[in-house]
Amino acid sequence: MFDRIREKLGILADAAKYDVSCSSSGSNRKNENKGLGDAEGTGICHTYTEDGRCVSLLKILLTNHCIYDCAFCVSRRSNDIKRAAFTVDEVVELTMNFYRRNYIEGLFLSSGIFKNADYTMERLVRIVKKLRNEEKFNGYIHLKTIPGASEELMKEAGLYADRMSINLEMPTETGLKLLAPEKSHDDVKKPLDYIRKKIEQFSDEKALIKSVPKFVPAGQSTQMVIGATPESDKEIMHTAHAFYTNFSLKRVYYSGYIPISNDNRLPVIGSQPPLIRENRLYQTDWLMRFYGFNVTEILNDAHPNLDVDIDPKLSWALRNLDQFPIDVNTADYRMILRVPGIGVASALKIVQARKFGRLHRDQLKKIGISMNKARHFIRYADSPMQLKDYEAGHIKGVILAESSSKYQKVAQNQLSLF
Amino acid sequence: MDIYVFDGTLEGLLTAVFYYYQRKSSAVRLVSSEHYHPDVFHPAFEVISEDEKAKRVWSGLGKKLDKEWMMHFYKSFLSGQPDTFQDLFEFSKYIIDNIPGAEDNYGNKYVLSISQMSHKVHREKHRMEAFIRFQKTGDGIFYAHIEPDFNVLPLLIRHFKNRYADQKWIIYDLKRKYGLYYDLEKVEEITFDFTTEMSPALNALPEQVLDPQEELYTLLWKDYFKSTNIPARKNMKLHIRHVPKRYWKYLSEKQE
Repeated sequence: MFDRIREKLGILADAAKYDVSCSSSGSNRKNENKGLGDAEGTGICHTYTEDGRCVSLLKILLTNHCIYDCAFCVSRRSNDIKRAAFTVDEVVELTMNFYRRNYIEGLFLSSGIFKNADYTMERLVRIVKKLRNEEKFNGYIHLKTIPGASEELMKEAGLYADRMSINLEMPTETGLKLLAPEKSHDDVKKPLDYIRKKIEQFSDEKALIKSVPKFVPAGQSTQMVIGATPESDKEIMHTAHAFYTNFSLKRVYYSGYIPISNDNRLPVIGSQPPLIRENRLYQTDWLMRFYGFNVTEILNDAHPNLDVDIDPKLSWALRNLDQFPIDVNTADYRMILRVPGIGVASALKIVQARKFGRLHRDQLKKIGISMNKARHFIRYADSPMQLKDYEAGHIKGVILAESSSKYQKVAQNQLSLF
Repeated sequence: MDIYVFDGTLEGLLTAVFYYYQRKSSAVRLVSSEHYHPDVFHPAFEVISEDEKAKRVWSGLGKKLDKEWMMHFYKSFLSGQPDTFQDLFEFSKYIIDNIPGAEDNYGNKYVLSISQMSHKVHREKHRMEAFIRFQKTGDGIFYAHIEPDFNVLPLLIRHFKNRYADQKWIIYDLKRKYGLYYDLEKVEEITFDFTTEMSPALNALPEQVLDPQEELYTLLWKDYFKSTNIPARKNMKLHIRHVPKRYWKYLSEKQE
């Protein structure tokens, strides 16, 4: 008797997993009605898949029936796969019962587009409304904005969801047109912009009137597929930067393309997803958001792609050796943050601790900085005398020789023959 | 060097700090009675916990440390580690003997170890918030047991009470043999003797005490865990770093 619901969940979870966002943080929804759930504060990863991705939300499609035929998408119209659809009640029951057992932080609901945009969006809204109003559910809800849905429906959705997102899919318009001629980046920009304006309007009103309801409190995000089309890292990150700035996005996700189609416009099935590249893009994203880097410092015409063998911060430092070494006992916080091997937490500790006396090597190590990288770029109380300056290539060689990269020559999931 | 033996409670530790100043000891080795081995050549001073003395030290610290640091202190204490007891003792002296703001000195050994231990305990608390798997029993109580590295139950109360306000739940620490019970109103500490059918050796409750729907949801959760995986990206090293093997025993999705 369990078979039908198990089969549906199998199909509709499988189809939803290529959307990589699983964030459940940044909302402020408290359990004030003695209902179920609380979406305040930091997110929680309740488990991790065997590929190491966080599982925080029940991530499913309402249906994988779709009128579009995007080459990169597993649910594309022309793909010969099993189709299924949940009822409104099934999604509500699954969410409530998973949440009660502490499996999840909430629901991530997306859908293939059936009939038309409004028809689909209306079903999604019906589910979140039922969860909030009838089931008193205060957990996290991430809802996909369906491109082309009416403003009324988007506004209604925003009143119940914590986060909304809509995917750019390909980093450039040209790339998108190549694989999904029916779509354009404008279809994404319009709703992002509408929701952004509404968020601002609600928060302005909230400043005056306390009873103004929440509107997408955890903000908006988007996703780009990496490696399906031939964009450079520069193009990808400049697009990301523009979207962060223009639409006040909370996150941009980069999803290494996993070959799922024999379409000759795409990498062949069985080729490795670009995992290292994806990781380097996320590192760049972090440098932009938390380390005070401007995207043009890391990626520009002279340097359009990220290094594979070293992280972007180290790469930047090696290209700017004239700015180093810095003395951790006197340098600005801003510059300490830029040292390879020093993270935000360590940088903060350094500037607090040095008020009490000049810092020595063993203290810096205990604070948690990665000395094998950082020592080439810093001076401290007991720095050894250094008679000559080393050039970038030499430093890189020393660092690489001392560290075992998490990326081995052979991908881990590939069998070695010998 | 004086040896102080205390009862392993927070109160006892704070009382020990009080005695250090009253007795004008030079240096102290603080040991909990659980870890103390009597030594004829070095007689020990037995610290009897006293509410009054403990409170004086606690409020003294509270005058110099903000709430966050007082929490670091408490969390480090919950680690129950012998070395951490000593670190907390030395940290208290350092804070009391210095001008306000001394806790920012991460170059100081004790400041750093308290901040790092608090971080570890906090991580364990966060892991429990993630890895607890409730099973619904026939009488409608959501039950889970755990074996955390540190004594984190006191830190879990607020989170689970806020979140599961409309369901009764029990979280039981098998290692420390006590649990929390929420009855829709308040959270209470409980202890119970396991009957044979509810043996702690089992990672799940036996079927006959469960709600009839429980089997379905355990199954659906396992199915979901499988279908959300992307085999082309498999990376077990990363998987195990995030979900260390010692936690697998109670994770329903990791059972065959």
